[in-house]
Amino acid sequence: MGRDDEFGKTAMLAKLTLITLAAMSGAAAAQERISIVGSSTVFPFATTVAEHFGKNTNFATPVVESTGSGGGLRLFCAGVGADTPDIANASRRIKASEVATCAENGVTEITEVKIGYDGIVLANARQATPFDLSLRDIFLALAANVPDGNGGTMPNPYDTWDQINPDLPSIAIEVMGPPPTSGTRDAFAELAMEGGCRTFDWIADLKSTDKPAYKALCHTLREDGAYIEAGENDNLIVQKLVANPDALGIFGFSFLEQNSDVVQGASIDGVAPTFDDISAGDYPVSRSLYFYVKNAHVGQVPGIEAYLAEFTDEDTWGEYGYLTDKGLIPMDEEEAARYAEDAASLVPLSL
Amino acid sequence: MTEFLISANKPLRRRHASETRFKWMGRIAIAASLGFLVVMLVSILTLGIGAFSRTEIALAVDLGDGDASSKKIVRNALFTSFPEVTSRAERRQLLRLPSADASRELDRQLAENPDLAGQVATLWFTASDDIDQLIKGAIDTDKPQDQRRISDQELAWVTQLQDLGQIRKVFNTGFFTSGDSREPELAGILSALMGSILSLTVCFVLSFPLGIMAAIYLEEFAKKGRWSDFIEVNINNLAAVPSIVFGLLGLSIFLGYFGMPRSSPLVGGLVLALMTLPTIIIAGRSALRGVPPSIREAALGMGATQVQTTLHHVLPLALPGMLTGAIVGMARALGETAPLLMIGMVAFIVDIPTKITDAATSLPVQIFLWADSPERAFLEKTSAAIIVLITLLVAMNLVAIILRKKFERRF
Repeated sequence: MGRDDEFGKTAMLAKLTLITLAAMSGAAAAQERISIVGSSTVFPFATTVAEHFGKNTNFATPVVESTGSGGGLRLFCAGVGADTPDIANASRRIKASEVATCAENGVTEITEVKIGYDGIVLANARQATPFDLSLRDIFLALAANVPDGNGGTMPNPYDTWDQINPDLPSIAIEVMGPPPTSGTRDAFAELAMEGGCRTFDWIADLKSTDKPAYKALCHTLREDGAYIEAGENDNLIVQKLVANPDALGIFGFSFLEQNSDVVQGASIDGVAPTFDDISAGDYPVSRSLYFYVKNAHVGQVPGIEAYLAEFTDEDTWGEYGYLTDKGLIPMDEEEAARYAEDAASLVPLSL
Repeated sequence: MTEFLISANKPLRRRHASETRFKWMGRIAIAASLGFLVVMLVSILTLGIGAFSRTEIALAVDLGDGDASSKKIVRNALFTSFPEVTSRAERRQLLRLPSADASRELDRQLAENPDLAGQVATLWFTASDDIDQLIKGAIDTDKPQDQRRISDQELAWVTQLQDLGQIRKVFNTGFFTSGDSREPELAGILSALMGSILSLTVCFVLSFPLGIMAAIYLEEFAKKGRWSDFIEVNINNLAAVPSIVFGLLGLSIFLGYFGMPRSSPLVGGLVLALMTLPTIIIAGRSALRGVPPSIREAALGMGATQVQTTLHHVLPLALPGMLTGAIVGMARALGETAPLLMIGMVAFIVDIPTKITDAATSLPVQIFLWADSPERAFLEKTSAAIIVLITLLVAMNLVAIILRKKFERRF
């Protein structure tokens, strides 16, 4: 009798399974919500706008994925249709090669919208002495190869900061930063490292004569342990800085702002990473953030125009908009107005 | 003779000593692992417990003007509570005391209670994350003003509100009833929880019947030979494949070839099913092997066919073991993020998914996303989400144990 009961249970289960399967096999409908992919730096801003957009309109809240700038643009450029993203966020400008890939796959019309700026900061723990660095100091501290003074290069010999610049403290060089896959790392190499690298005249000349050698010299970070790849999680870097007051960390301005009680930003070329100085363009290590819209999807996927309107609204990305609370450095009014207009009329990008 | 006894005694003592040493080493090993577990649980609990409560601010809102927007009503309520604040910059700061969602909360309360219209009513609003952290004691007010998220001015306002009894802490129901948000005070876990439940359902519905069928066939019907050995080796290998590989498979097959919707629990569940299938087959086979051959022989001896023997006698006895295996496999799938990464489930999801083709994320992914957020208040949300995930895992394992204890028969 017991056996029969248990067999009954099995049969029941099988029936339940079938019923659930049948109930679930609803056909995949046409895309009903905006799909956004891309940079993890733009992610906090894009998600904030998406949330406001979802609450203020009758459209479904867009899905925002954090894939990194390069990964996002690759998905974006894969083609036109319901299974490809509508918008790609990027913490750098789209490359000509990516535009070409896009065009090959039928994504011919793209609207570029600049969102604002993001400062990259070098910070250390509050209890340590604040750093005052020049771009040249940063380059000399972190480059794999540095000028040897005789017109050649040598492997980076510096172990402590005061060997580079006597004004700096005599503590070991120890900088925690993002891995090569990160857009922050690209921007740091381009703005801080290359900026310091260029201050040597002969290297600056090298750019016109031997560009690959110039890039290799300026962009390559040392790998002898002074630069520590600390992963993509900026919160982790902040925590490590608190635990180790001798170390410096590289991360985005929004993390500095949120953690101002435990870490402080180093001045670079005499300018401290503050909201005002980054937005005025005085702080040397700041980059532009963008997103790209697939024009072919406008009108196909409901709400793209409304999303653009929400994003480019003064209350969103303006000086007093809600994105500044999240750490975005806004553009000046004139530039913002120009991009807002381009976004509204979907002016296609031409490089 | 005596010499022999003495010399034999010495090694014996040493042998006893080594036995005691070994026992102690074992005890120390267990104590150490328990210690790590306790440290982990205590730290997560102390960090995460804060997320289950939420700070609210009472404001006297004037609902007399039917035309005023709810944003304006909340704004005016704040300005009248603090009439001495007049400068624009300070007023902007003042507006940040309640959460960004205060106007929508007002709309909600009005909809629930239409009688309020036309009156001046004192209503409770969720406080912003910084105020919430201050009330929970996470902000050190002894530090100088520029080293903390709360200014002296805001501190004075909060103290004033506290003295008037206009600040309270309540249970944070929103954490369980709302989806993700960029505002820590509004962020909830329901969208991720639903995503996990939907994915696991798809995973179970697919992998359980398939796994059981495969196990039964391989154990009861298949002829033992080179082919069945080959299949067995492959299944065991499959169980050891890193989960990210299944994610890549899902990306190229389910998304690329079949064109299924990205970020959906349907694809998530399919990928997780591929991952759990070998575990279920292996557990199922060992459960079937645990049924004594005498049961089969008796059934066959009474004239039952092979199928009848299996379905009527062997399977019911093996089912509890199979279910346990399946639940343990599911519990592993619940904690998986790597395969979901490839199929677009690492995403910001506000709307609660209701069907398997909706965009969704999962609990561990939600933990990852919150841990990566700059806002400090997400720290406690991260730990709270971990608590929810661990509770679910423990519950699933408990179900597995209870099923086994209840239905298992020993021979």
